[in-house]
Amino acid sequence: MRTVYLDNNATTQPAPEVIEAMMPFFTELWGNPSSMHVFGGQVRRHVELARAQVAALIGADPSEILFTSCGTESDNMAIRGAVEAANTPINVITSRVEHPAVLEPCRMLKEHGVPVVELEVDGKGQIRLDDLQLTLSRGRALVSLMWANNETGVIFPIAEAAELVKASGSIMHTDAVQAAGKLPIDVQRVPVDMLSLSGHKLHAPKGIGVLFIRRGTRIHPLLLGGHQEGGKRGGTENVPYIVGLGRACELAARALGDESTRVAALRDRLQAGIMAACPDVRVNGDEAHRLPNTLNISFQYIEGESILYHLSDCGIAASSGSACTSGSLEPSHVIRAMGVPFMAAHGSIRFSLSRYNTAADIEYVLESLPNIIKKLRAISPFAAP
Amino acid sequence: MWEYTDKVLDHFRNPRNVGTIKDPDGAGEVGSMACGDALKLGFKLDKKGRIADVKFQTFGCASAIASSSALTEMIKGLTLEEAEKVTNQDIANFLGGLPEQKMHCSVMGREALEVAIANYRTGKTSKKILEGRVVCHCFGVTEDEIVRVVRDNRLTTVEQVTNYCKAGGGCGKCRGEIEAIIARIRGEEPVAPVAPRPAPPLTTLQKIRLIEETMEKEIRPALKKDGGDIELMDVVDNRVVVALRGMCANCQVARFTLKDVVEAKLREFVAPDLVVEEVHP
Repeated sequence: MRTVYLDNNATTQPAPEVIEAMMPFFTELWGNPSSMHVFGGQVRRHVELARAQVAALIGADPSEILFTSCGTESDNMAIRGAVEAANTPINVITSRVEHPAVLEPCRMLKEHGVPVVELEVDGKGQIRLDDLQLTLSRGRALVSLMWANNETGVIFPIAEAAELVKASGSIMHTDAVQAAGKLPIDVQRVPVDMLSLSGHKLHAPKGIGVLFIRRGTRIHPLLLGGHQEGGKRGGTENVPYIVGLGRACELAARALGDESTRVAALRDRLQAGIMAACPDVRVNGDEAHRLPNTLNISFQYIEGESILYHLSDCGIAASSGSACTSGSLEPSHVIRAMGVPFMAAHGSIRFSLSRYNTAADIEYVLESLPNIIKKLRAISPFAAP
Repeated sequence: MWEYTDKVLDHFRNPRNVGTIKDPDGAGEVGSMACGDALKLGFKLDKKGRIADVKFQTFGCASAIASSSALTEMIKGLTLEEAEKVTNQDIANFLGGLPEQKMHCSVMGREALEVAIANYRTGKTSKKILEGRVVCHCFGVTEDEIVRVVRDNRLTTVEQVTNYCKAGGGCGKCRGEIEAIIARIRGEEPVAPVAPRPAPPLTTLQKIRLIEETMEKEIRPALKKDGGDIELMDVVDNRVVVALRGMCANCQVARFTLKDVVEAKLREFVAPDLVVEEVHP
């Protein structure tokens, strides 16, 4: 059976070049990079090369790149580490639609008495900079806003937000896990203090993340117990994955131009094709400010999990914001924060593409999907007869 | 992906008896868009009073569709007296089992059938009406419904109740109350005789030790599940003074918890005349 993978915001296929780059570090190059002998020394050089490759993708200095185990660790460290390191009382400002890796540490801090504000979003999933400005006026804050949303692909005005935050003397973190490799990122021009990214969202394997920490930013480590990573994170470096991530960042930088345009065209074809073939659908999120690879679309009258199972029967992989797929009983907090009606929230499907998708993939989805929608609507008590 | 049985997937992919019945003898509608699943069911009886035809429409996930389809297959040819004996567990068994978190799909089927039978017998509305006290406001679940799923399925934890009827699965404020309902029902069940308490009255020190031990073993784990905790402040004669911590400290149902859970447990394990009081330090 043909398979089409359109769930790249969940995880991506590791690039063959990345795996190839990693292999020697499982076999002959297994030294500890901290060791004072040739086993360690030759490995250290590759770790530092990878650091430079990651730095180049986002315009950072290699010394500002800290390797972590995943995007979630990066987000936790940025938020908890910066609040802990603040020597005066500090507020936390975030948004309602952040990834749980940001929301949950913020909510934990709130329980410990730190004032936390979650900015609302409008119907398109956008924050209002005025709200941010107003909240910043209440005192020094750690602000954590995502560069792009994992569910809707909506891009926040991070450059403008970071300018406001820096002008008020506060600290700015951005979760760029979904943006890195999909959008150009340049921390020379966007004054964020910290930025998280994750390897497996850009064709490196799972188990490796990065926190960019601008020089001079005060932050406490999350993991104590070693001098590694400039004393900011104890633990022997995960060398094969660090090397793989470096290579993945190099490939991602190359794919940012034409490849990104090609992926956006495929996504647009998918969206137009679905809208032409299926009545009663709605696109969720700000179409003018959206990741090139993401389409979040709601099918009225039917529920997301049942759509996904039928798609899976056709070999097509996507995801949904419905309650049944979230493992909870309520639909996605992102879709709800946007004020999307319940039925459309339960019937929301996310298609997320990568550079490995082809035009034939999209045509195959457009052949399969309308029949699935028709079939499920025929069962639904809410569908128009 | 969920671990669905082949039978669940078969009934999901090829649902039986989909559609509506014109002028049904009985009709039932349960669930809502907001809840993420809904089921509409209608049946026609033959001259002997057996279900001759039944049709359904479902908005919901794969297991909701499969449970509805299974129910219609199970009740065809039954009298209403036979059909109303079908439990949610029967529906799940027919499908070779459902994932624990999806048991509410089978409960939805049983409820729709009950509403449809009531609609036939009384001629009253085919929509489910909430009768009695609502416990879970997020999903509109009444105390009676919670009692029913706890009894029918011999449930022992709040998490199970959430899996079976969604109660407690939203904001979570009602979890303490659900815990108390479970405790009450389990209290009704015959329990193994407890070892007789030592005849001489406890010394104050013994009493405090026993109270602490009971709190640690019987009470704290339940509160901790809801992000709360309890601390023993003082024991004066039969008065046990405690302070609630964490989530419990500002929980609306905490007073309920205090009387129905904490006091009940302490009376059961320590002494039947204990009174629990709360201080706000």
